[in-house]
Amino acid sequence: MEIFNITAEDQVLDLLQWALSNSKRLAIAGNDSKVALGRPMDVDATLSLSGLSGIEMYEPAELVMKAKAGTLVTLVEEELAASGQQLAFTPPDYGPLLGQPAGLGTLGGVFVPNLSGSSRIKAGAARDHLLGVNGFTGRGEAFQTGSRVMKNVTGYDLCKLVAGSYGTLAICTSLTFKVLPKSEKIRTVLVYGVTLEASVAIMRDALSSVHEVSAAAYMPAVIATKTGIDYLEGDAPAVALKIEGPAPSVEYRCTALLKLFEGQGHVEELHGHRSRALWKYLSDVRPFSENLKSNIWKISIPPSNAPAYVKAISSALSGLEYFLDWAGGLVWVSVPEGIENAGNTIIRKNLKGSGHATLIRASEQLRKEIPPFQPQNPVIAKISERIREGYDPQRILNPERMYPIVEI
Amino acid sequence: MKMPLPDQSVLEKRDMLVRRLKEIVQNPNGVIDQEAGLRAFECDGLSAYRQLPMVAVLPETKQEICEILKFCKTEGVNVVPRGAGTSLSGGALPLADGVLLGLAKFSKIIEIDYENRCAVVQPGVTNLAITDAVKADGFYYAPDPSSQIACTIGGNVAENSGGVHCLKYGLTTNNVLGVEMITMDGDIIQFGGKHLDAEGYDLMGVVTGSEGLLGVITEVTVRLLKSPKHISAQLIGFPSSEQAGECVGKIIGAGIIPAGMEMMDYYAIHAAEEFCHAGYPLDVEALLIVELDGPEVEIEHNNQAIEKIAKECGATVIKLSQSEEERLTFWAGRKAAFPAIGRISPDYMCMDGTIPRNQLPKVLARMGELSEHYGLRVANVFHAGDGNLHPLILFDANIPGELEKCEEFGADILRLCVEVGGVLTGEHGVGVEKRDLMNEMFSEADLKQQQRLKCAFDPDGRLNPGKVFPILHRCAELSKMHVHNGALPFPDIPRF
Ligand SMILES: Cc1cc2nc3c(=O)[nH]c(=O)nc-3n(C[C@H](O)[C@H](O)[C@H](O)COP(=O)(O)OP(=O)(O)OC[C@H]3O[C@@H](n4cnc5c(N)ncnc54)[C@H](O)[C@@H]3O)c2cc1C
Repeated sequence: MEIFNITAEDQVLDLLQWALSNSKRLAIAGNDSKVALGRPMDVDATLSLSGLSGIEMYEPAELVMKAKAGTLVTLVEEELAASGQQLAFTPPDYGPLLGQPAGLGTLGGVFVPNLSGSSRIKAGAARDHLLGVNGFTGRGEAFQTGSRVMKNVTGYDLCKLVAGSYGTLAICTSLTFKVLPKSEKIRTVLVYGVTLEASVAIMRDALSSVHEVSAAAYMPAVIATKTGIDYLEGDAPAVALKIEGPAPSVEYRCTALLKLFEGQGHVEELHGHRSRALWKYLSDVRPFSENLKSNIWKISIPPSNAPAYVKAISSALSGLEYFLDWAGGLVWVSVPEGIENAGNTIIRKNLKGSGHATLIRASEQLRKEIPPFQPQNPVIAKISERIREGYDPQRILNPERMYPIVEI
Repeated sequence: MKMPLPDQSVLEKRDMLVRRLKEIVQNPNGVIDQEAGLRAFECDGLSAYRQLPMVAVLPETKQEICEILKFCKTEGVNVVPRGAGTSLSGGALPLADGVLLGLAKFSKIIEIDYENRCAVVQPGVTNLAITDAVKADGFYYAPDPSSQIACTIGGNVAENSGGVHCLKYGLTTNNVLGVEMITMDGDIIQFGGKHLDAEGYDLMGVVTGSEGLLGVITEVTVRLLKSPKHISAQLIGFPSSEQAGECVGKIIGAGIIPAGMEMMDYYAIHAAEEFCHAGYPLDVEALLIVELDGPEVEIEHNNQAIEKIAKECGATVIKLSQSEEERLTFWAGRKAAFPAIGRISPDYMCMDGTIPRNQLPKVLARMGELSEHYGLRVANVFHAGDGNLHPLILFDANIPGELEKCEEFGADILRLCVEVGGVLTGEHGVGVEKRDLMNEMFSEADLKQQQRLKCAFDPDGRLNPGKVFPILHRCAELSKMHVHNGALPFPDIPRF
């Protein structure tokens, strides 16, 4: 299969014209760190955007940056850090989870699938930070949407359509996004030895407190041990609460939270370095990056449903491992290989209509057999297909990567 | 401003339509077809434009909405959804040949769920009613448009409304978890819910801010936040707006994101002070209100930093609120800015462009020149933190030609916003007001891309036509594709 390494925007247009007039279907990739995510595609060529790299505009006082889609996230983060800023949605690096090296993720690779890490519950998702997009639709037409300012309601918010589209509607060449100050201090409050139910209650209370907790996760003992972080190796399950901000504020809030939860289990505090390591480890789903054979599900549910949900799927699927992020609203599940259909029916049926499950890692065969993305309500599926019809009428961009074509 | 010509064939069957709508809507007063009753709906917050709807309906159940929409679709009748009618861009302006679909009767809070920190509400619930319902338990709903006692959450979602605390807490789109909507086909669909992110395309994201053009919002799940324990505000006056602008940039540059950061210019300060005696200094050209929330130690820490920055930027007045009462007094002037202007001028029009903040001095200077050119005064209130300007143009509609002059002035201001890298509207929406300026910001091709989204939801263009887009292209036309003769064109692209 041919791979086209794009180095300039106008080449994309030429390629699209060629693809359209010759009925060629294209896979759109950044650095290939997420090729194994989604339905396997039947394509004629790959269009790689990793050569389309570079920061085009960065104005720290305006909290805005514009960069080409193939720019490495690590590069962007370095540049931001130099001005004391960051991407507040803590973009995850799924590379190692998907069997690729770390650090290859591109900007397009986090904004286009709308991937956010642990801080999503407070800072918002990638989609909440995306301000503007330049690119080309599957019609071979250049388009521009959004702007560079924080507040903009001029016309439809097509940035929201791009974020989460997995390259099935358009090829993004540049992204403009909001950046925020990096916190002066980060700490993590740990509460050990709590049950699953108690953990979700603790996370609820933490988030319902005035202490502005920016991330909240629960690690069963096996996962806590895997982190390799001091203070977490005691073979006990642990709740982790992330607190960030100016130093005196962080100290005050940590103390308050330690006091609030000291009756619920042994409490401990992680300082900056270990905190950063822990939250990156969880955002990047590193607990499931060692054994690449298991199948990985990412499940988004109402946080209060998490305990019952996890109980139900654990008792039906033996050998299952899990941990909770987003205060219980995100359940990462690892299903051992050999379990039929990666537990698809059990994983999805137990949602009882609230939330969705995405099969993030599985063999190509499995991703052919079971839908990696949560099956949709037929009306929504139809509207989505009509949107595809509008922007990519010949279905040449990442064809059927999310859903098979439906009748419209 | 021109609206699409009314469809005569629809007007001719008005009696039949009214009769059938009365069969659909159970409430005997739920269909309004007499002029006296229709007057209540003839305009929204942009009262310069008025139009009586052909008929207004006030359904009380979702089933009725489904039936109304299906019926209108079959009969080829346009529909204009309406919440409280506080839109400042004419988004809820009725159509002479259209059904005005009022959602005011959907005013129930369905569920408050503290376990998941969210509330499920009907679209006609007012913005403030949500916060009121959870206040006693220490929670609130963050987006707070100044119209919050009147505007509805359905309208907020449709306009993606903002408020003075957007800088830290985001707009409506960042605070909504789920939306239930009824399509023009009469299908009830749910996007999101009490969980995060969409399973497929983020349709909730595009419906938010769609100004009633994609569907009728019938239920909204909003995120609730814990109310901060401490809030404080600083009032900072400067001899020039350049200095105030610089101060705003430096505060953010120092890593501080205040909960709100508002700016008022000389005219606005004087009008507000005269109106409600907020204690504003009258010898400054620009005034900032900088509000912080969070733990006391953090507020203290940041207030000190802000004071230092303000002094460096040449502030002549710095006043820190000493009590909750004083803080509210600081805000009283800002919040009353619109009525205060209303007192010193027979009419005013509120503009809503956003600019990159560092362009503020340039934009204010040009606005001054334009004000002279048009012979109309302008007062500025400004969500300074996020660059969202609200110039209020003062005019007298009784003087022939002044409304037109005001419209031209407003258009020039918005062109200026776009010219410096900003946008036409930051929170009020395009509606009819900025519809004909869309070409200033978007190419014809980009506008077509936007309309392709419309085609996926409402291919016949029945929902709120005449709004947002200067020309609504037919979907059949938009779906045509011209394929060039594309030979493999790039010997120069490296390949493997
Ligand atoms: C004094 C004043 C101050 C204001 N301050 C602010 C401010 O600070 N920030 C801000 O952002 N806005 C502000 N506004 C503007 C206005 O209040 C908001 O746009 C508000 O969200 C409109 O809500 P509404 O219920 O009045 O909607 P309406 O005016 O009735 O409708 C607005 C639009 O939404 C559509 N719509 C309404 N309900 C639905 C529904 N259920 N389904 C589908 N479409 C629907 C309508 O078709 C229309 O296009 C202000 C207005 C006034 C009068």
